[in-house]
Amino acid sequence: MRFYEYESKQLFGRYGIPLPTGSKVAHSAAEAEAVAKEINGPAVLKSQVLTGGRMKAGGVLFADTPGQAAEAATKILALTINGHAPRGVLVEGRAPVKQEYYIGVTWDGFARKPVMICSDMGGIDIEEVAETHPEHIAKRHFSTLLPFSDYMAKELIAQLAIGGAELNQLSRIAAALARVFIAHGLTLAEINPLARLEDGRFVCLDGHVDMEDDARDSQKAILKALGIAPEEKRQARPPTQFEIDGAAVDAADHRGVAGNVVEFDGDLGLVIGAGGGSLTLFDAIRKHGGRPANYCEIGGNPSVTKACELTKLILRKPGVKKIAVMMNVVSNTRVDIVARGVIKGVIESGHKPADKIAIFRIPGSWETEGFKILQHYGVEYCDRTVSMYEAAGRAVAKMQDA
Amino acid sequence: MSILITKDTTFIIQGITGREAVNMSRECLDYGSKIVGGVTPGRGGRDIYGIPVYDTVRAITATTRVDGSVVAVPPAFTRDAVLEALDAGVKIVVIVTERIPRFEVAQMVEYAQMKGARIIGPNCLGILSPGEAKMGGLGGRAVDARKAFTKGPVGVMSRSGGMTTEMCNTLTAAGLGQSTAVSIGGDAVIGSTYADLMPLYEADAETRAIVIYCEPGGRMEAELANYVVEKKSRLPIVAFMAGRFMDEMPGMRFGHAGTIVEGKADTTADKIARLQKAGISVAERIEDIPGLVKQRLAA
Repeated sequence: MRFYEYESKQLFGRYGIPLPTGSKVAHSAAEAEAVAKEINGPAVLKSQVLTGGRMKAGGVLFADTPGQAAEAATKILALTINGHAPRGVLVEGRAPVKQEYYIGVTWDGFARKPVMICSDMGGIDIEEVAETHPEHIAKRHFSTLLPFSDYMAKELIAQLAIGGAELNQLSRIAAALARVFIAHGLTLAEINPLARLEDGRFVCLDGHVDMEDDARDSQKAILKALGIAPEEKRQARPPTQFEIDGAAVDAADHRGVAGNVVEFDGDLGLVIGAGGGSLTLFDAIRKHGGRPANYCEIGGNPSVTKACELTKLILRKPGVKKIAVMMNVVSNTRVDIVARGVIKGVIESGHKPADKIAIFRIPGSWETEGFKILQHYGVEYCDRTVSMYEAAGRAVAKMQDA
Repeated sequence: MSILITKDTTFIIQGITGREAVNMSRECLDYGSKIVGGVTPGRGGRDIYGIPVYDTVRAITATTRVDGSVVAVPPAFTRDAVLEALDAGVKIVVIVTERIPRFEVAQMVEYAQMKGARIIGPNCLGILSPGEAKMGGLGGRAVDARKAFTKGPVGVMSRSGGMTTEMCNTLTAAGLGQSTAVSIGGDAVIGSTYADLMPLYEADAETRAIVIYCEPGGRMEAELANYVVEKKSRLPIVAFMAGRFMDEMPGMRFGHAGTIVEGKADTTADKIARLQKAGISVAERIEDIPGLVKQRLAA
């Protein structure tokens, strides 16, 4: 889950990473003016959106007086960037910059360890620096078992032939960033650019934090302190009501998962197995020219109620003509229970299972019992001799006369 | 032969009294696995289908040879359970639990490396060597597992537990048995990647080809491609790539925790190009896999 810039900076501030003067979020022109007065000098105002290209879109403006700050805030708060309305406007003091650096901590999937990265060329895409100027990049992995020790940050900075007071200041900031990363279940903690000002001070001009979803349970305290609500998921786009309702079905019953419901605008509702099977089936439906109405995982041996509620949710969505119930060969999910739940959902929605279920392809555990139920209701089903791709094709073919 | 487990492998199940673990115990016993004990703190002295339950791992290792452990405890207790097993000298730890933060996974992996042990998972269904043993939920009931998995020359590795069974079933139907199938787990950080397991398959005389399941997200396929080229692997590899639709939706999480396209190097298009460049065949449909394997074996 990505943090807004102001949230990232608030988190950094707690660990002693130096921020520009002011550095407060304003939600109105008057609030922005008040922060600018506190700063008592030139200010920069930045739109708080979870998307790139703010500068180009006009989401970053400068102000020399509190009056100008109020004007700039009015403009920024009214500006939508790539479809994102701003969460507020960050107002910060503006000081002349001598040099820009980059410090980031992230995961190295190969090494299975966190890696700290530093560069004396900040402010631009770090991957580009790594490709074009590898001598300006220093990297260092660190242990997840041993406590983080400051010398690790110092060695990293020293790799770039940086010495003197600059070495000590940068090491302190890098070490603090590593601690933020470790303490809060982050997948990315980045300061870019980290600026050395004309007067020798360092400040974090922009920051980027990503928290792992699975770490959120253990990070409730800090999320609350930063004002991030538990239901804020912050995927690449905001969830629709249908998706929120899907999460509610999952939360209402602990047995199995009916998770990760995502809405599309097609006519074929999908009740598909979780994990890799769902990706495989979604691809297959599209390859056959089908138009999925949703992406919806069900698995982990769900209860009849869960399968039923999920089916009802999908059938309630406008434009859904039929549903396809498909999974790979299952190990622990019971075929008969899914069949029972889906049929119950179709009937309770006022439809005939034989009409609404385009195809049922779940082979594996308790399949004989499951197939008996499907046969009773006249639902077209297939066993493991019919491939996932072929089953998807049959479902799409049925949509022609739906 | 097989890799990781044979019919002589002894293992325990941590969290054995949980609902899913009880089922898993039955399935593994029925398949012929040697389960020598279970652990649930505070439940010592009971038994599950004749498997004695203990309070600690040490209570079993003190008297019995324990090669492996299946860890099936809730996410909040998983790290502790794994460290307990590693400290007691267990060398193969299969973690089936989902939703463990990657920092904790990395800690377990780092400790396993220090102890000379191997972790499979987390968020996986375990290991199955057809006709030998099954360790974990892979394949489900023994009767179902025997339908999908048969003994033969193909090593199978998959980030998706369910697709492990689907692919093996397809291979079986085409007369291609498997040496060992490993569900490696779908998280962003896992104990054993494709490249980590390759040397074991290389060393197994019976394994003559590899089949893997891939999806977007992560660098695991790139790591495998590098391995194949650098080590000049003797084994032909056939990969199936799922989640092609996700290339149009960067930043969305589908399927597994590790399946989120974060950079330009982990889209399916990029992965397919890398795999093919390393000489790995990429199947578009599951049913194309057996034909490609046969082609590569005949070449």
